[in-house]
Amino acid sequence: MKRFLGFVKKEFYHIFRDSRTLLILFGMPIAQILLFGYAVTNEIKEAKIAIYDPAKDEITEAITQRLIATPYYQLGAYLDNMEQAEEVMKANKVKQVVMFEPGFGEKFQRNGTATIRIISDATDPNTANTLQNYSQAIILGFQQEQQAAAAQGSMPQIAVQTRMRYNPELKGVFLFVPGLITIILMLVSAMMTSISIAREKELGTMELLLASPMKPIQIILGKVTPYILLSIINASVILIMGYYIFGVPIAGSLLLLSLEMILFIVSALCLGILISTVAKTQQVALMISLMGLMLPTILLSGFMFPIENMPGILQIISHIIPARWFIVIVKNIMLKGSEFMMIWKESVILMGFTIFFLAVSARKFQVRLT
Amino acid sequence: MAITQRAAGEYAIRIEKLEKRYGDTHALKGLSFSVKPGELFGLIGPDGAGKTSLIRILGTLVLADGGYAEVLGHEVVKDYRKIRQKMGYMPGRFSLYQDLTIKENLNLFATIFGTTLEENYELIREIYVQIEPFKNRRAGALSGGMKQKLALCCALIHAPEVLFLDEPTTGVDAVSRKEFWEMLGRLKSKGITMLVSTPYMDEASLCDRVALIQEGEILQVDTPDAIEAAFPRSLYGITGADTYSLLLAMRADERTASVHAFGDSVHFTAKEAISAASLQSMLSEKGFADGVEVKEIRANIEDCFMELMSGGRLADEEISK
Repeated sequence: MKRFLGFVKKEFYHIFRDSRTLLILFGMPIAQILLFGYAVTNEIKEAKIAIYDPAKDEITEAITQRLIATPYYQLGAYLDNMEQAEEVMKANKVKQVVMFEPGFGEKFQRNGTATIRIISDATDPNTANTLQNYSQAIILGFQQEQQAAAAQGSMPQIAVQTRMRYNPELKGVFLFVPGLITIILMLVSAMMTSISIAREKELGTMELLLASPMKPIQIILGKVTPYILLSIINASVILIMGYYIFGVPIAGSLLLLSLEMILFIVSALCLGILISTVAKTQQVALMISLMGLMLPTILLSGFMFPIENMPGILQIISHIIPARWFIVIVKNIMLKGSEFMMIWKESVILMGFTIFFLAVSARKFQVRLT
Repeated sequence: MAITQRAAGEYAIRIEKLEKRYGDTHALKGLSFSVKPGELFGLIGPDGAGKTSLIRILGTLVLADGGYAEVLGHEVVKDYRKIRQKMGYMPGRFSLYQDLTIKENLNLFATIFGTTLEENYELIREIYVQIEPFKNRRAGALSGGMKQKLALCCALIHAPEVLFLDEPTTGVDAVSRKEFWEMLGRLKSKGITMLVSTPYMDEASLCDRVALIQEGEILQVDTPDAIEAAFPRSLYGITGADTYSLLLAMRADERTASVHAFGDSVHFTAKEAISAASLQSMLSEKGFADGVEVKEIRANIEDCFMELMSGGRLADEEISK
């Protein structure tokens, strides 16, 4: 035990004396959550739009007001003719142009139908799509109100009520926090562990450790324990920041969430050890961790892109990525407040991964130099 | 039972027909020798001779491909854990934690071996006092000589019975080399068996016995004195002439058995016995008369090594140096 503690102490010295390691361990998680929380977001706020309104009647005014009144839009320009639409979009002044046909209000009153043309700048397809949807929804809502007012209850109305559950404001940060926890845990546990073991090999200190009476399991435990602690601290920091700065709820049991996190940390640590059994230098360990772990974790886990939208082959590959299952677990616990019974399947899969990685890495760890 | 016990005590290290291959490279070609308890044993040979492979096999860090090796009566593969408990190992490359201080490195290795700095302080005291003024300095910021001392302290911290030192003096200045060997001499007096490898031939004389190895084969195992005395022919040292042209001239002569440069002198042996006087006249014939001095000298380890290496034939490689 004394041996183990002495070894852990030494590992902490390494961590706290290397500014790069410290930066990755503590700077990166905080920077990432702030970046994802504030800068990188799918939400649209105050997008500029241009209005072409040759009719200028009550109804077009009302619709325009309604659009601008939302937090999504801001009036960029009133256009005098249709040709200007092209100009303002090219000049990047507006993201969307809303065009009413001449005599809009009149036609609407008389025929019950009139045309609005909505043109969006699709150089950024996601934004364009979202803007289209927003304005359609707003205009549709206006139309229904008008019809309801006209019919005065004589016609049966179908009112469609939609609600976005668990994240009513569609906040990106709700998705990013679980994703970030996953990535940071992977980064700290797997990448940092593999690099720190590879460093011992590279600098020759592993040779001395092997020449000592320490058992491989003692060496491994001594190496990973500090990273388990740091991972837990990191995860807590992200949760706290998410909760207090971005209002991401933790609806479910904190205990269950912690246990699942520890399970994921252990599986990531085993992956790190596994990498270090192959990698002889820090550089190789870093490359394998980035290419083999970080990229799939970021791209294929459903964090960045929905798994359902992926090509079939990638969907299949995503099954062998532990992070995929962990993100589902974290999202369910944090946002939906799921009990264990609702996420037992994912948990069992994650447990299976952990046991598998543990067994393989224990088998592959050498008691001699290779 | 009694026999095995006696055998265990008889040798601290014993190897028989030890083989090691790395792919196509035959690193060790069936080496056999043994080291007695308390002996300071030198492995002398140039780079690539197989010294490191041999030490790593004995240090249980690498598996041999054939043959048998035991340390303190324990077989190196089966009982590797017992050996690791009792051995001290200092690798060829400085392998301590550079971001830890002297004190932290020592404490760490003491803890790893389940002991404390205080417990075996007596053993390392003489070496440690030399680096103690810098005990709070990080190992990475130490000079080469101090690094070696620290590494030796760390290898000794658990009072090992046998010490493996892989080229401990390579890349260290002459003064530190001398100090290091004095330290080894003092450790020997404490009864620690030591196996030291070195490419420096002049260090052979500081060992009790040496094995001369070359390309994975043992050329000779004996005391340095016996090896030097066994040199087969009269050896002459020639000084005072231009070394390079002398080497060229002598090499071309058919009477020459071997001729090598040693600093500013040239070591010469003839195929058939020759007196100092006739060698002098032979040199005059070739135009090396002025100020040239010929003296019969005792062969050193390097002469013997070269003689053994060449297998009696002329060895000319030295001329190019």
